[in-house]
Amino acid sequence: MVHQPVRQQSFAPWNDPEARPLIRIEGVSKSFGTFVAVDKVDLDIYPGEFFSLLGASGCGKTTLLRMLAGFETPSAGKIFIDGVDMARIPPYERPVNMMFQSYALFPHMTVAENVAFGLKQDGLPKPVIRDKVRAALELVQMGPFAQRKPAQLSGGQRQRVALARCLAKEPKVLLLDEPLAALDKKLREQTQLELVNIQDRVGITFVMVTHDQEEAMTMSARIGVMRAGLIEQVGTPVEVYEYPATSFVADFIGTANMFGGVVTADAASHVVVRSPELERDLSIAHSGTLPVGAPVTVMVRPEKMTLSRDEPAADWNWVQGTVSDIAYLGDISIYHVALASGRRVQVSQTNLRHGSEQRLTWDDVVYAAWHPANALVLTQ
Amino acid sequence: MKNRALILYGLLALGYAFLYLPIVLLVTYSFNASRLVTVWGGFSTRWYGELVADQKVLDAAWLSLKVAVTSATAATLLGTLAAVMLVRFGRFRGRTLFTGLITAPLVMPEVITGLAMLLLFVAMEQSIGWPAGRSMLTIILAHVTFCLSFVTVVVQSRLAQMDLSLEEAAMDLGARPLKVFLVITLPIIAPALAAGWLLAFTLSIDDVVISAFVTGPGATTLPIVVFSKVRLGVSPEINALATVVVAVVSIGIAVAGRLAHRRERERQDSQRLAAEQG
Repeated sequence: MVHQPVRQQSFAPWNDPEARPLIRIEGVSKSFGTFVAVDKVDLDIYPGEFFSLLGASGCGKTTLLRMLAGFETPSAGKIFIDGVDMARIPPYERPVNMMFQSYALFPHMTVAENVAFGLKQDGLPKPVIRDKVRAALELVQMGPFAQRKPAQLSGGQRQRVALARCLAKEPKVLLLDEPLAALDKKLREQTQLELVNIQDRVGITFVMVTHDQEEAMTMSARIGVMRAGLIEQVGTPVEVYEYPATSFVADFIGTANMFGGVVTADAASHVVVRSPELERDLSIAHSGTLPVGAPVTVMVRPEKMTLSRDEPAADWNWVQGTVSDIAYLGDISIYHVALASGRRVQVSQTNLRHGSEQRLTWDDVVYAAWHPANALVLTQ
Repeated sequence: MKNRALILYGLLALGYAFLYLPIVLLVTYSFNASRLVTVWGGFSTRWYGELVADQKVLDAAWLSLKVAVTSATAATLLGTLAAVMLVRFGRFRGRTLFTGLITAPLVMPEVITGLAMLLLFVAMEQSIGWPAGRSMLTIILAHVTFCLSFVTVVVQSRLAQMDLSLEEAAMDLGARPLKVFLVITLPIIAPALAAGWLLAFTLSIDDVVISAFVTGPGATTLPIVVFSKVRLGVSPEINALATVVVAVVSIGIAVAGRLAHRRERERQDSQRLAAEQG
């Protein structure tokens, strides 16, 4: 994308040309027979980062994670962790630990024995192991459960023990495979923030795989959006939401109204796009140079639109339609507006005042408008 | 309504009688004072005394026990290795053939297995001089051969059910593959190993057909002794022997049942504990 947000960030090693990535993935592919699970992926992940691989199931995100852990061997390409080529390094010698979706707690061992397992493999002296186990269990608030068996724990507790077992090893990288997928919604939201806090405290680089975009947005410093073995975009949550690189990302992250069209004029500060689905032209600010006649997609997020009964004064960036559906969610309402062309547009409005949700109702003729700065031109 | 209950209880009694009357008769007649099996001559423990004094039966029982324990153990060892190979090593060359061969003894008639083993042992003795003659060794070899199929099937299904990520997690935490197998996989599939061992033990200890083929003069197992004695007419001593076996089996089942019960209770306790935490 041409447009980059200008933001001051306290933690953004990916913008620092001097920074050395902890994980470097170079042209990595993995195929199973004729199926290409991961397709020539290049990716750098920096020390202390919380990185998420986000995508639908089957997009290759878990395969990529398993290659980092060493359970799969890349068909092509190289993986470096802390500058060391991982090609010939088996899983048990890698400076990474993985937290499995099923948690994979050893059922025949107590919580303490589970956490101690990895430390024992390192041949640490017993008192050191004991202290580290206690510290790790304290960190996840599971100290009182040290002598329980995994079967005697709830799902949330098992998840904590699995985390403690990985953290006790103090790996350079912690890999998390859908760590919260097995928890119910309330517990999941609570655990998301807790996990971020723990990552902050221990300073270990986290690489998480998730299909839940909210989870990825809440927790990550950066997100890699994957589709069909390819990484479509890597960016901060703000970047992937506000400035998606492709129409797939725009659609996958949040909701997007997308209008196909062609460029009809390109001025210094804005471009004009004509869409056959809309009566008015689209005007988009700060979009770099685009040749006239180029096919593009224009994206407008539902919350960037305003809805009113009065016709806007401007000549561009608005649509007229009737309210066909209203989803009242409490804090916001989502209005589905049916245009004359049959096209539907989603507009979300914050319910700022008591009773404000009653102002617009079904079959009302409304105008949805947006500012040129709040639309985005996508060329892919 | 009362009639209906009566009929149901009658049917139940009939069912039990069908299953257990022969055993009850056998146990009863083992306490018969008379030598004639079908004529009741009063209560006596005489045949138990004769049984204990019968060196031939005792020797056979001891031999059977040795054979069963050895072949069950060997079959469990080999069967587990075969199961691991089949479940964990993907599609290696000749896997289909291996699967077929491993399970063939399950469906092969015992007479054929026994005959084939006998021919093999004879041919081997002639060409390489080992195993010399038919003995306990040949019985054990034959028993291991057919028992290992059963063990493989039992262990294979348990291994296939096991969550692969447990092994991956252990490896991820720094354990080498052999250690993973010994410390994680084995303890988790241990119940299947025990079940396989018990199955092999049972199959071995009451096998007549295969043993009859591969046994030699010096090695007579208990089932063969019983079989040959019965051919000369059922003696009450055999009844006594059978009663002892029934008693041992019943105690074994009772103990196993108790253990299973306790295990189930522990499992329920765990679930309650887990549920309480929410």
